Amino acid sequence: MQEIAIGPLFFHWPVQERRDFYFRIADEAPVSTVYLGEVICSKRIPFFAGEMHGVRERLERGGKRVVMSTLSEVTVPADRRAVREACAEAGAEIEVNDASALWWLDGQRFRVGQLFNCYSGETLAFLASKGATDVCLPAELPAPAIAEIARSASALSVGVEVQVYGRASLALSARCYHARAHGRTRDNCLFVCERDADGLDLRTVDGTRFLAVNGIQTLSHACVNLSREVGRLQRMGVSRLRLSPHTGDMVGIAGVFEALVRSQISAEEADHRLAALGPDLPFANGFFHGRPGFERVQEGSATRAAEDT
Amino acid sequence: MSADEVPSRPELVCPAGTPAALRTAVDAGGDAVYCGLQDASNARNFPGLNFTPQELAEAVTYAHRGGARVLLAVNTFPPAGRFEVWRHAVDVAAEAAVDAVIVADCGVAAYAANRYPRLRLHLSVQAGASSPEAIRFYCREFGIKRVVLPRILTVAEIRGIHEAIDCEIEAFVFGNIGMMAEGRCSLTSYATGISTNMDGVCSPASHVRYEQAADGSLSSRLGPFAIDCFGCEEKAGYPTICKGRYTNRDNPIPYYAFEEPRSLNLSSLLPDLVRAGVSALKIEGRQRSRAYVYEVVAAYRRAVDAVVAGAVPDLGHLLALTEGQKQTKGAYETRKWR
Repeated sequence: MQEIAIGPLFFHWPVQERRDFYFRIADEAPVSTVYLGEVICSKRIPFFAGEMHGVRERLERGGKRVVMSTLSEVTVPADRRAVREACAEAGAEIEVNDASALWWLDGQRFRVGQLFNCYSGETLAFLASKGATDVCLPAELPAPAIAEIARSASALSVGVEVQVYGRASLALSARCYHARAHGRTRDNCLFVCERDADGLDLRTVDGTRFLAVNGIQTLSHACVNLSREVGRLQRMGVSRLRLSPHTGDMVGIAGVFEALVRSQISAEEADHRLAALGPDLPFANGFFHGRPGFERVQEGSATRAAEDT
Repeated sequence: MSADEVPSRPELVCPAGTPAALRTAVDAGGDAVYCGLQDASNARNFPGLNFTPQELAEAVTYAHRGGARVLLAVNTFPPAGRFEVWRHAVDVAAEAAVDAVIVADCGVAAYAANRYPRLRLHLSVQAGASSPEAIRFYCREFGIKRVVLPRILTVAEIRGIHEAIDCEIEAFVFGNIGMMAEGRCSLTSYATGISTNMDGVCSPASHVRYEQAADGSLSSRLGPFAIDCFGCEEKAGYPTICKGRYTNRDNPIPYYAFEEPRSLNLSSLLPDLVRAGVSALKIEGRQRSRAYVYEVVAAYRRAVDAVVAGAVPDLGHLLALTEGQKQTKGAYETRKWR
């Protein structure tokens, strides 16, 4: 049976909200794995550091496997120190989002994060030879490549994870666009990113909602939703479905995907429930179908099953 | 190197989108020229650009005769099922006896290092290695001899990296400046379905449209999205997503949410860069004309020679060749850029 995972939180939520979110996941969500840790900005790390131990313990008591995700953009001393310290923690399972973590994890087991480029079985084979046990594939990877990489992963005994819910991470930068939107720079940002729990919406000059900004990260406006593709992902051998955290009822959203995995509800039913449970965003699955990422392809999940096996 | 020591002569690395541009760059005084094959294996996979294997072999002969080196960019990310294209590109590079291959993907790097242990490897800017640890990882695993640094570091930070790593540093000094970390941007893919990482194309011309409104204003579009809008008195720019104007809750007037369309020009920082330990200076622009390549390469040739001679370089007229005639020192001068 496919597992469900809660990916690392991209946004800068207030400490108490963040803690309560994870407590509820620990107690109620039908998920096997929870990724903790800051992946976007090292300046945010101290805010939640005092809660990390308690949250981890609560999640583990709730039967969840906890993985510590590491920063995706590593440049300044604070970034480098954060990665070094995360990788040095005894017994912690690490998800790598930048090559600097791979330097420290030499000879140890690790997971390859969604923000580290692993697009092929050949690349995965190299990472597996360095200790990779699991990989979360880049959001833009189309179905034939997912199917192919899943075959390679199976031969390498590596678990494969695909994001099925949440805004897609589209780009990283050294510049903080949240600070820029407020006439500030990254060094004097005053943590304005905290105001936008799902990211700051960017509209085009003619008013179309297009992207969302979250610190150094740019995300899609649309919310990835692979409800219609869960069956195909199962047949491809994708072992875990990743939900990227947003405001709204993530426990409920995990329940919807669990019901999809168990074939208890239709994709249409799932979409109705997801629309009610999550933030008010259009759904998209274009990347999966080799189309522009913002599109939602209507095609049923059964029609192209032959291509995946 | 101490601050007052005379810097050693850095290598000037020049773009070549075509064999003719390569010959131009060599003739204009380039120490090395970088280019790509006619497929998705490189990050400038544009129609009418790049080299056949035969042209690459001839280019190596021409460059070597002129005392210049040839670097082949195999610097995109092969998706599962298409790895063969990238493997072939590395084979072609080895066959043509290029002086180095510029790689980004771990799988491609592993193939090149294992299959051709004597082939010199450079780490592409597309790998986004911006810390000493990341660079050391690639050196340890693949024997990387030179890293092309992302355009996000200050000169002081570059000096710090130089002191912490064992390989050479190449830094961009002129040309287009993307705002996103190279190799980690799917914005084009989101708007058009064509991927910068997998297909080697950013903002493909096939998906660009300009629409004129009744009031004479012009909007530039990528896929269905308006990336910018220009009044009658403005010159319309190319719709690159990270250089567009957008609005948000706090900025109802369209603003450059990521960066203004400007070109990088570090001519005034050349002495500092060389003192910081940069051993190769890179000019962006494989998509540019021969005339452009000649002007920029010749001007930088004079500037580098002046710096090495202890004189002050003058590249004022290069402003005419920058995007929208606007230039920037980007991230290199101060952390405030971030």
